[in-house]
Amino acid sequence: MAFAFNDDSEKQFQWLLKRYPEKRAVLLPAFRLAEEQQGFVDNPSMDYIATRLELAPAYVYGVFTFYSHYRRPGDGKYVVQVCATLPCGLMGAQQVADCFKEELKLGMGETSSDKKFTLRKVECLGSCTTAPVVQVNDDFFELLTPQKIKEIVAALRDDKVPPHLSNGPSLEGGRCSYKPMVEAFPDGK
Amino acid sequence: MLIKDYKPVLFDGAYVRGEWALDKYLAKGGYESAKKILALPRDATTRNVPSIIDEVKKSSLRGRGGAGFPTGMKWSFVDYKSKKNRYLAVNFDESEPGTCKDRVVGTYNPHMIIEGCLIAMHTVGIENAYIYIRGEFVEVFDHLTKACAEAYKAGYLGKNVLGSGFDFHVQPHRGAGAYICGEETGLLSSLEGDRGYPKVKPPFPAVEGAWRSPTVVNNASTIASLPHLIRVGADAYSMIGAKPGPDGKPAKNNSPGSQVYCLSGHVKKPGNYEHPMCLTMRELVFDLGGGMKDDIPLKAIIPGGSSMPLMRYDGKSYVASNGKELTDSLDMEMSFDELKKANSLLGSAAVIVMNERVCMVSALYNLVRFYHHESCGQCTPCREGSGWLEKIISKIYHGKGKPDDFERLYSVATQMSGTTICLLADSVAMPVGATITKFKEEFQHICKTGKSMVVEKFGEKAIRL
Repeated sequence: MAFAFNDDSEKQFQWLLKRYPEKRAVLLPAFRLAEEQQGFVDNPSMDYIATRLELAPAYVYGVFTFYSHYRRPGDGKYVVQVCATLPCGLMGAQQVADCFKEELKLGMGETSSDKKFTLRKVECLGSCTTAPVVQVNDDFFELLTPQKIKEIVAALRDDKVPPHLSNGPSLEGGRCSYKPMVEAFPDGK
Repeated sequence: MLIKDYKPVLFDGAYVRGEWALDKYLAKGGYESAKKILALPRDATTRNVPSIIDEVKKSSLRGRGGAGFPTGMKWSFVDYKSKKNRYLAVNFDESEPGTCKDRVVGTYNPHMIIEGCLIAMHTVGIENAYIYIRGEFVEVFDHLTKACAEAYKAGYLGKNVLGSGFDFHVQPHRGAGAYICGEETGLLSSLEGDRGYPKVKPPFPAVEGAWRSPTVVNNASTIASLPHLIRVGADAYSMIGAKPGPDGKPAKNNSPGSQVYCLSGHVKKPGNYEHPMCLTMRELVFDLGGGMKDDIPLKAIIPGGSSMPLMRYDGKSYVASNGKELTDSLDMEMSFDELKKANSLLGSAAVIVMNERVCMVSALYNLVRFYHHESCGQCTPCREGSGWLEKIISKIYHGKGKPDDFERLYSVATQMSGTTICLLADSVAMPVGATITKFKEEFQHICKTGKSMVVEKFGEKAIRL
């Protein structure tokens, strides 16, 4: 399956190339563009990015796998990331993890057979004063309780906007985009 | 000295949704400091504004990233003789467990960061700034890109900004979940499109940083402090949080300005508290934080993010910098210099509070697992050492430790520190060293008997992570 940037991504990609003194610096933003476009970054998209940035594919794979935050093929529609580091741990991350395991009927690191949910244990999410915390895709849920978890999972199952969002409303795919800047400063250089 | 009516600067408008846009920021007097600075001419040969570097030096502003390095000093180290372009990299890769201050500033006050960038860029003579934002902070990235777009439209960024004749560009750049990219050279590697591998220093980034050009790397909160510093002036800024000196008059503060304390763990009101760096640990935990959660006694505090040495609360006396003997380590001031004297560090001011039911073996296991996971793998002592430590502590945690494992932990930790390119190895070694020496009996007990001392004491109520 060949991958190529669509018009939207291409426009941002061209703009990004002008924003950095070297082509290679666009590598991490380019992964994000591919992630935005197709929901994950896979080998064909990495090969495509390697060609576009004139980098060796092996180098691109190496850099990609160094980072843990990109979505990879096979991840569920909702990736539930349970923070397990000390401040969350003190406030009951284990109970939160158990609660999600039970609600989703999944073990840690597993994806449901309908590809809807992936449950994952992650390290510090940077929201320690409101522990325990999970991040579902881009959205933060803070100060979790078993009741809140039940409500969040129920809403996600029906693909509704979940309650108890800690950030502004989820902007389906619109948040990781450079579009506002491309429009405000089309020149780029 | 709790300043009850201290008006927050970095947190001005924090936690109020929809208040971050340009019109709201301008109504609060935004971009006035930048206008003031941009009106000043640059030196023809060095392309910088020496008077403002001196002003920042005079203010004694210290970096909020963790090391507390004087910002003005950092700016003066830039290789001004070099003919290359200079860059500004704003460190927004806030990943230290316990720390979540920049996230709030970026979400609710993105224009303050952009204005800070303008001030730093004009002063040092920079055209391009990159804000390296942690990948998880999608909302921060969203607000910062939109704020940059607003600034471009309004002429605060772009070509010939405010008629100064200079171009200024700010580019938000998203990371992707690597703790090590918060280290300045690791951040620059990542910005260049590589793995976040830290580089050997020297050359320091100020001489050879991003794209082998002189680069200033500042924490996001440091940058956000600049508009206020310029507004009030260096003299007034250096007196924020000043305490009476020997002659009764307020003495200059070594850690001036406000710091955002991220209070987490077992307190009644965890949260981010912005306050001048003159408050004591007691004021932070018991006044601002409302005291211990469920009134369970305090056991230990990590004062500056998880890589800083932990402090055991034992009520022993301690001598403050002014020679005053305090009966209790809780009366210690939460500033850069004072905590150093207590063999700990303020770091990023992320205060993690633990009550007496926490099993310290499990707490340390949790932290070491984090650092092993986040080691970039470049240097052997860190890559292998953090793995060994995790294995040994895991063994101890599961009750399979041997009596000499305690010594082994100590030996591995001491051999790690100072032997690697960046400070990550020390960030593991410091909490390991501090925790096992300060809670020696807990570790020795579990090594000997295979049972957690805390579990024996508190049964089901014990907190084992």
